[in-house]
Amino acid sequence: MEWLNTGIDWLAALFNDVVVVYFHMLPEWLQTTIWILLKIVAIMLPLMLSVAYLTLAERKVIGAMQVRMGPTRVGPRGSLQPIADAVKLIFKEIIIPTGANKYLFLTAPLLSLGPALAAWAVLPFGSDMVLADINAALLYVLALTSVGVYGVIIAGWASNSKYALLGTMRSAAQIVSYEIAMGFALVGVLIAAGSLNLGDIVNAQSGNLGLLNWYFLPLLPLFVIYFISGVAETNRAPFDVAEGESEIVAGFHIDYSGMAFAVFFLAEYANMILISALTAIMFLGGWLSPLHGLLPESVLSIPVIGSLVADGIHWFIFKIFIFLFLFLWFRATFPRYRYDQIMRLGWKVFIPVTIVWLLVVGVMVLAGLAPWFSAA
Amino acid sequence: MGFETIVFYVFAAITVFSGMMVITVKNPVQAALFLVLTFFSTAAIWMLLEAEFLAITLVLVYVGAVMVLFLFVVMMLDINVARMRASFIKHLPLGLVVLALMIGMMLMIVGVDHFGADKFAEPARHAADYNNTRELGLVLYTIYVYPFEIAAVILLVAIVAAIALTLRRRANTKHQKPEQQIAVQRKDRIRMVNMKAEEQK
Repeated sequence: MEWLNTGIDWLAALFNDVVVVYFHMLPEWLQTTIWILLKIVAIMLPLMLSVAYLTLAERKVIGAMQVRMGPTRVGPRGSLQPIADAVKLIFKEIIIPTGANKYLFLTAPLLSLGPALAAWAVLPFGSDMVLADINAALLYVLALTSVGVYGVIIAGWASNSKYALLGTMRSAAQIVSYEIAMGFALVGVLIAAGSLNLGDIVNAQSGNLGLLNWYFLPLLPLFVIYFISGVAETNRAPFDVAEGESEIVAGFHIDYSGMAFAVFFLAEYANMILISALTAIMFLGGWLSPLHGLLPESVLSIPVIGSLVADGIHWFIFKIFIFLFLFLWFRATFPRYRYDQIMRLGWKVFIPVTIVWLLVVGVMVLAGLAPWFSAA
Repeated sequence: MGFETIVFYVFAAITVFSGMMVITVKNPVQAALFLVLTFFSTAAIWMLLEAEFLAITLVLVYVGAVMVLFLFVVMMLDINVARMRASFIKHLPLGLVVLALMIGMMLMIVGVDHFGADKFAEPARHAADYNNTRELGLVLYTIYVYPFEIAAVILLVAIVAAIALTLRRRANTKHQKPEQQIAVQRKDRIRMVNMKAEEQK
């Protein structure tokens, strides 16, 4: 093993001598730019891989729920299926329909993917792991999730097809309706945490009682409404009337093929991960361990177990996985809502419940209800 | 020229260009989309002025909600572009009068006599931890609480009035009653019939 150690030492020294020294010779603005670009890559690469493997997970999980195997052919137990799908889609022709507006037709997929990725800039992964630690992070996330609808609208209109336009109309109405419930649910979190900064919102959920300190307990109705509205915002089953395979074939992306379609697909799955991450941050304490504040220092200093039960990014990822599984479970379980049922649920159930619960949250915060709001 | 100045001129150019396109493109849907772009670049300029709350609210409210509904309506309309262009000359005099009035009013407020770098002191730059949202909230809910509440009530009245205007009850419309649908029991829908199986010949 001696040679391995010296080898690593030698490589580290080389890295120090060459890369670090030359890096510091660059002008300062260029250094900052390179650092930010590296951080963006560090967020985007795992995210894109997760998106690819989420499609496989979806087929496997739904397969298991319906007593099927799911994909098994490409790679061991079908593990390379997403790669094969991506390669296939890249090499397919992008057909632009007659009478379609070419520029808008091709920008629409980008407009739906862009906001889904841009929102990750303000998401905290750990106590100091965040790309842009800004004050108005919550507003920024709300604004970006509301802009995502343009991809759908423009795609539907630019395709010059009746099915696509019908899908667009449904999607636009649905997203605008559920955004209100979603925004109100976030206002509840905002009142509870007293901050728009996502890191502060997570820190406000830490205490001596571990997972009982998280906001999902005092804000339970808002938690449920936020996640269900999130499912509706991402146009996932049972709210997928915008696609509605059985009635309007594939809705807004009926005319898309090849990579243009794949980008819509990427956007949908990136949005699912985003909604899961946001729900984890707002209501399940983000990177906080469920045993936070319950364990003595001696347990936390045990080599491997200590770092596992302590706060960290692994808990955040685990919480995201829970919600992603719920997304897949919903799709395998529930039949599609009818359009009027969706509207009724959004306007007549969710919005009144959130407004009432905002009052309750205000009273709880004023009364300093322990253990959540006692410090405030 | 600093980085901020470059950013300002880029977004200012986009704003002016897309603003021009809003009124010159023939297709109303494209005009609405250019208006969205105008809002976006305006929000970016406001962001440079350290007004991040207003900038994000502009995107959230106007881009995320108002323009979506606007597009929704414009896409459904059947607008005859040829007829609109034919009456361009006819409406030109009226348009010029309105234009002159607007330019006159603008000049009275933001003309060279009242507006310029020498008329105002340069605003102090805030520290990185300055919270624009918090400051705005404090002002809105203390000094301007009555105007704010009155504006809220007026908006609420407008919403109620708009809904009341579109609400038409017709006697023969059929609609679902979810509470009745939920209350349905198995025995209401299913009748088990004992039948003799078809005989093999």
